[in-house]
Amino acid sequence: MKKLLLAGIGLALSAMLAGGPALAQTAQTLRIGLAEDPDLLDPTLARTYVGRIVFASLCDKLVDITPELEIVPQLATEWQWTDGNKGLVMKLRQGVKFHDGEPFDAAAVKFNIERHLKLPGSNRKAEISAVTGVDIIDDHTVKLVLSAPFAPLLAQLTDRAGMMVSPKAAQAAQASGGDFSTRPVCAGPFKFSERVAQDRIVLERFADYWNKDQIKFDKVTFLPIPDSTVRLANLQSGGLDLIERVMATDVEAVKKDSRLKFADITGLGYQSITANLNNGPRSKNPLGQDPRVRQALELSIDRDAVNQVVFNGLFQPGNQWVPPGNPFYVKSLPIPGRDVAKAKQLLAEAKAPNPSFTLTVPTNPETLQAAQVIQSMAAEAGFDIKIQATEFASSLDLAVKGDYEAYLIGWSGRTDPDGNIYNFVSCKAPPALNTPHYCNEGVDKELDAGRAIEAPAERLAHYAKVAERVLADRPVIYVWHPKWLYAMNAKLAGFTPYPDGLIRPQGLRMQ
Amino acid sequence: MTTFLLRRIALIIPTLFFVSVLIFGLQQLLPGDPALAMAGEERDPSVIAFLREKYHLDQPLPVRYALWIEGVAQGDLGESIRIKRPVLELITEKLPVTAELALLAILISLAIGIPAGIIAAVKNETLIDYGTTMAALWGLSIPNFWLGILLILLFSVELGLLPASGFVSPGESLKQNLLTLIMPAFVLGNALAAGLMRHTRSAMLQVLGMDYVRTARAKGLSERVVVLRHALRNALIPVVTLAALDLGGLLGGAVLTEQVFTIPGFGKLIVDAVFNRDYAVVQGVVLFTAFAYISLNLFADLAYVVLNPRLRT
Repeated sequence: MKKLLLAGIGLALSAMLAGGPALAQTAQTLRIGLAEDPDLLDPTLARTYVGRIVFASLCDKLVDITPELEIVPQLATEWQWTDGNKGLVMKLRQGVKFHDGEPFDAAAVKFNIERHLKLPGSNRKAEISAVTGVDIIDDHTVKLVLSAPFAPLLAQLTDRAGMMVSPKAAQAAQASGGDFSTRPVCAGPFKFSERVAQDRIVLERFADYWNKDQIKFDKVTFLPIPDSTVRLANLQSGGLDLIERVMATDVEAVKKDSRLKFADITGLGYQSITANLNNGPRSKNPLGQDPRVRQALELSIDRDAVNQVVFNGLFQPGNQWVPPGNPFYVKSLPIPGRDVAKAKQLLAEAKAPNPSFTLTVPTNPETLQAAQVIQSMAAEAGFDIKIQATEFASSLDLAVKGDYEAYLIGWSGRTDPDGNIYNFVSCKAPPALNTPHYCNEGVDKELDAGRAIEAPAERLAHYAKVAERVLADRPVIYVWHPKWLYAMNAKLAGFTPYPDGLIRPQGLRMQ
Repeated sequence: MTTFLLRRIALIIPTLFFVSVLIFGLQQLLPGDPALAMAGEERDPSVIAFLREKYHLDQPLPVRYALWIEGVAQGDLGESIRIKRPVLELITEKLPVTAELALLAILISLAIGIPAGIIAAVKNETLIDYGTTMAALWGLSIPNFWLGILLILLFSVELGLLPASGFVSPGESLKQNLLTLIMPAFVLGNALAAGLMRHTRSAMLQVLGMDYVRTARAKGLSERVVVLRHALRNALIPVVTLAALDLGGLLGGAVLTEQVFTIPGFGKLIVDAVFNRDYAVVQGVVLFTAFAYISLNLFADLAYVVLNPRLRT
């Protein structure tokens, strides 16, 4: 009966459509499937990773990165550190216009940086808090004045802190009591057209874009589709051209499908086990109190096996806050291999042969599976791990309050190494990020030194010292670095994956 | 009649008040700090403090309730913290989507359930009866999200006939609108059809055994006329009541189905709001749903009074 009905409906529909594709759209629209619905489309207030993917088409930044993490010009064409690294002079690109036709100039940069610093609720303030002011040198030259040398600043300007919105539009929105994020006006390749919450964000090609030769689509539509199977199905059926965050277990199917192409790149982030060392009474257990127990835990984990079992070998095992291969990875401290005998010996020395702790894990199928693999590996060394699967927002709250023993949590990663380590282990870090309440003055000294100088080799020397201490104290045991996994229509050419995971529309075209 | 009407309308206010207190109180039981959840990955202390203050999360519970209910009384359901849009605007945007989906689902469930129920009753205790009953059991027990994924894989990925998910408003393109809604409506309708089929079958069996049906047959009427014109009409009363109840349930949002097919309706609105701790949206949507239920109930009661003079005291 049901089969008959299904067949009937199928027949009726095929007659109706005469074999045509379901969502026939013009070839000039690029349709991108997102894993979540972005939050506010205002670079100053935005806070989600997924929103940054939309910004990559909407708002150009002062500088950008290459896939190798080198910083390259975008709205600023050249820059130079001055005043003992307390000033950053930037030359601005000429002839750039905002979507409302307003010119992009030094005054606009000053307005935007000050907006990031002063707008109530700004999520950028902390990123560029070293900036005390912006001097306009001429129409197309500005100097960012810093209170102290801050090397990560340039990397911050490759992201939302470097995005420029039209001062006129932002002021008009504020004056009328309206909300800029509902109609953002930037200087990117596409301008805002419409947004239906939880359904779609549509951007239209900006005719006066400074780099318009690189833009081959008339429109970009972003469709948030949280279910990864449905996201992939939309791509397979031709309803989408490109999707982000493909499930590792679906990659084989994508690679076998001749209609599709696959791309991946190691991201900037990591997944780790954060141990509660000093945040309330729940830190008072062998794992929180004895570094030998944490070392034993690390030695009981086979990171390759976790990667193979849970992620089909697609992700990258790691033991530091940046992935192996990153210029700031400390090569003298490679990933330790699994050593159950040594783990047992360490537990015996710590007089805790069977330490027991609860591992809080956000409810995500892949993370939960990884936790189970870790649980069974650690059991062989004598650990008794209880997995507590907790909805994400609740788990975060528990961690900040210190109501946890260990937490399997990730960080999406930043271009500059400082963004992956400072706020997690520094004594001065916000307690909401340094949830173990780890504090070591020696580490702080090196972290501050790493921020203050510009030369990468010298910075690396300071980060090596941080790594020696932090990787021995183990407030955080880094386990793997996720890769950004993309699938796209085989006819879509010119896609380059970047470590920050963003989808840059420049150069993308349909063949 | 007027007293009855006035009494019922007067009851709406305390009921809504009770519901509003309940929603507000229950929501506080949700673990997790909304300011922390909203502050983003950076969890900047100054941003957390700003959000706490702006959305009165630092105020005692009664004060927060008073602030909220004061707005509600003036028709302001608050603003989504996540996307900074008025809750009322979000509701008016999502309601037509869910209403259309619900209506289509009910039509599909009636189109499947009633004929299947009639056939099962007429062919009582035969293989056809057992077959339809089994199919109904299948329809009742199959999980919506699973059937949804299977349909997507068959009709979108394999056959390429339907868009896998999403929603196009009927104003934009009626054809695309129906194409995007047919699968989710079928998934919802399929589950409801099973219940309708069972009810139709038992009601039909009861009616078919009645004297007037025997009389109709004795008059020499064809079986077709007996079943469809004489028996069905009486059997349909409980079925229509059930369908109306189902429709009410669907209007509250088909959470799982809307999630699988990425339909921007009521169900998706409230689920996303719960996960993001977007309190104003959760409160607004639940209060609105409660208001809609109470109003519909009032209309139903009025209809009874109009139809049944014995209630007019």
